[in-house]
Amino acid sequence: MRRVAVIGVGCSKFGELWDMNFRDIVISAGIEALEDAGLEGKEIEAMYIGNMSGGRYLAQEHVAALIADYAGLAELHIPATRVEAGDASGGLALRMAYMAVASGVHDVVIAAGAEKVTDVGAETAMDILSSAADREWEVFCGANLPALFAMMARMHMDRFGTTEEDLARVSVKNHRNAVNNPKAQFRREISLEVALNSPYVAEPLRLFDCAPISDGAAVVILASEEVAREYTDTPVYISACCQASDYLALHSRRDVTTMDAVVHASRQAYKHAGIEPKDVDVAEVHDSFTIAEIIAYEDLGFTEKGKGAELIREGVTELNGEIPVNPSGGLKACGHAIGATGIRQAVEIVLQLRGDAGKRQVDAEKGLALNIGGTGATAVVTIFER
Amino acid sequence: MLPRFWRKIRYRYNLVGTYCENCRTYYYPPRNLCPKCRRKSKIKEVQLSGKGKVISYSIVHDAPENFKMMKPYVVALIQLDEGPIITSQLVCKPEEVRVGMRVRAVFRKYGEEGESGIIYYGTKFVPDS
Amino acid sequence: MVGIVSYGTYVPKYRIRVEEIARIWGDNAETIKNGLGILQKSVPDLDEDTATIAVEAAREAVRRAKIDPKRIGAVYVGSESHPYAVKPTATIVGEALGIGNEYFAADLEFACKAGTAGMQMCMGLVKAGMIEYGLAIGADTSQSRPGDALEYSAGAGGAALLIGRDGVIAEVEGTYSFTSDTPDFWRREGQPYPSHGGRFTGVPAYFRHITSAANGLMEKLGLKPSDFSYAVFHQPNGKFPVRVAKMLGFGMEQIKPGLVVSHIGNTYSGSSLIGLCAVLDEAKPGDRILLVSFGSGAGSDAFSLIVTDEIENFDRTPRVWDKVMEGEHIDYGLYVKLRRKIRFG
Repeated sequence: MRRVAVIGVGCSKFGELWDMNFRDIVISAGIEALEDAGLEGKEIEAMYIGNMSGGRYLAQEHVAALIADYAGLAELHIPATRVEAGDASGGLALRMAYMAVASGVHDVVIAAGAEKVTDVGAETAMDILSSAADREWEVFCGANLPALFAMMARMHMDRFGTTEEDLARVSVKNHRNAVNNPKAQFRREISLEVALNSPYVAEPLRLFDCAPISDGAAVVILASEEVAREYTDTPVYISACCQASDYLALHSRRDVTTMDAVVHASRQAYKHAGIEPKDVDVAEVHDSFTIAEIIAYEDLGFTEKGKGAELIREGVTELNGEIPVNPSGGLKACGHAIGATGIRQAVEIVLQLRGDAGKRQVDAEKGLALNIGGTGATAVVTIFER
Repeated sequence: MLPRFWRKIRYRYNLVGTYCENCRTYYYPPRNLCPKCRRKSKIKEVQLSGKGKVISYSIVHDAPENFKMMKPYVVALIQLDEGPIITSQLVCKPEEVRVGMRVRAVFRKYGEEGESGIIYYGTKFVPDS
Repeated sequence: MVGIVSYGTYVPKYRIRVEEIARIWGDNAETIKNGLGILQKSVPDLDEDTATIAVEAAREAVRRAKIDPKRIGAVYVGSESHPYAVKPTATIVGEALGIGNEYFAADLEFACKAGTAGMQMCMGLVKAGMIEYGLAIGADTSQSRPGDALEYSAGAGGAALLIGRDGVIAEVEGTYSFTSDTPDFWRREGQPYPSHGGRFTGVPAYFRHITSAANGLMEKLGLKPSDFSYAVFHQPNGKFPVRVAKMLGFGMEQIKPGLVVSHIGNTYSGSSLIGLCAVLDEAKPGDRILLVSFGSGAGSDAFSLIVTDEIENFDRTPRVWDKVMEGEHIDYGLYVKLRRKIRFG
């Protein structure tokens, strides 16, 4: 296996991009990544796209060829592949690109993620996202994604004493971080009071516990170590990119308060990278709902099962804490562009490790990104180092 | 969605699950293969008792389109006495529901494909005194 | 011997009081309560309809019969509020009971007497040896126009009777029907609410048909009112069954055990059958019961039933009167939501 480096990153604005269509959004991120890498375009040998549901958000399938086409690569005839795992689609694209380079099949590969959601109404957008859960035996019953995460939260509270205030703290932290992220959807601080007084979406989760569903795209360009040296003196390396799956429906899992896919993917990733959880200096985790971030702390091994809330209470995961989590603002405040999220997380970690994260810069040598699909039936954990 | 609903009517109207005779485990929703024994699975269909208890729940306020009229409604993870945990709606007042509460299965309407479409019936739960 | 082998009932838990409806329309609640003999009515939940009520009542009947549902050879569901105008309720019931696929089935409609029509059909099939058991169900969630007098009485509920030869708890001694073309109450295709002829629903309709059917049956069997321990007449309100009993020569003590209308309203196809089930809950071997339904349009089915010794071994819990008397009172706002008198979009 060859060592894989990230030589360029790009990200569109996240949010309600009324004046941009799917193609506009992807291309804005792609151009940024090419400029960042100093590539002309013809160097690209393959492309993987994470996109959850072009079919239902846009009635447009075959989006890999579409993106290659509008990226100006049509006449290069490169293989362009779309991959899907709900809102872990971006993480999957990253892993496919990583494997393509690590295996020696390709030298320069694009991993992209993109979703355009605002062409359908908010309710339809949530219904489509909810199809990352089990349509026939969960969503059919009225248990959409917020309700399913709410049931995880309820059990976590019952069992471990996590409170609604702990959940709100995650939201407050991520909003504060997003203020310094020019790409973020919500760039304003919120108080704990505001979060705790927002209406319930699915008890015990309130409006401020739920990430928005956003338009957005992100692109990273991967290259073999040898090729990377031609383009950059400061490559960031991917030291592991591991993926795991679990029962699709929450009700079938071993434990409702644990995402076993996260446990498995992260343990493999640590082993592969030769590090331990405590070695992680910065992390982007999948806070589609605030409870998911608290559970991620536990399942990634940042703390023991049941003690996730302590980390947020004690400020451990704040920007100036021991392990800053979601310096970008996370899904909650930067925005959740479904298939783009896994790549957007990678972009943030790369910027942090390169020292290019501006006012939200933390001191870090090793970073981790966790992207999950639905309630955690797919997890992708990627470890980066400079 | 019509054939898709019709196909599993038998399992929705009644809690017909599956049982693996090899490892003596019950499953609902039904499975073609036992995830514990895989190819060695000896799966047969069984009628489950419909009795169980709430292990977690949520009161949904921001309801999906099909459930707008029902809001606020209660969804729950219910552990059946035979073992499997299922996702279902609980017919009770939001303030009534508690973790650990005993419940039993009833036959109710889940929704419809608009006013002119088919009606989805299925199993919900009510508090069991 | 052909008769009732088992029975089950279902009444939704919500109730709305006459006072609450009268408050909205500026009516005098006392006048209405006195005039109709109704205190409150049952209201179905948003996820309840004739099919769910029929299934719950039928499941209770099958459970108490302790028989394999596959032995049921016919399912007839009588209702004037079938969830589908075209597509049977009976197949929903058959599937939910796990009857299999070999059974006769149809939905029946004859205003409030479609349930008893189903009983007669099942009796015929059992007698002819074509089926072992038949299920006759009467269930309704009848709609009423807001502000109409019917709004005080149109309730929801149902009963299921398992008809057969073995393990009969109440033998059908005889049945007799009186039918004529009398448009006293109707609902045209596509209309959400029924219409009625006001006072015309009384003498030419309800009273003429019930007295004719009851007298016809008693004449046929050589019986008189005093031969019956109980009598159950269709209950569109609390007054009509009392008056018709008096006209026929029955006393209050004979009709009171089955008079459930004051607490749940008129459950249409479920009405006389729920009354019958309430009587069966307390009947003793040897008791004779008169049942007379009435369906607008119009017709009455009369039955004479004799309770057998088998009733002593029959599980009669939960009791009908307990279901009738419990319930949770709601206000008119929630009632309007539950009955979908408001619509989105």
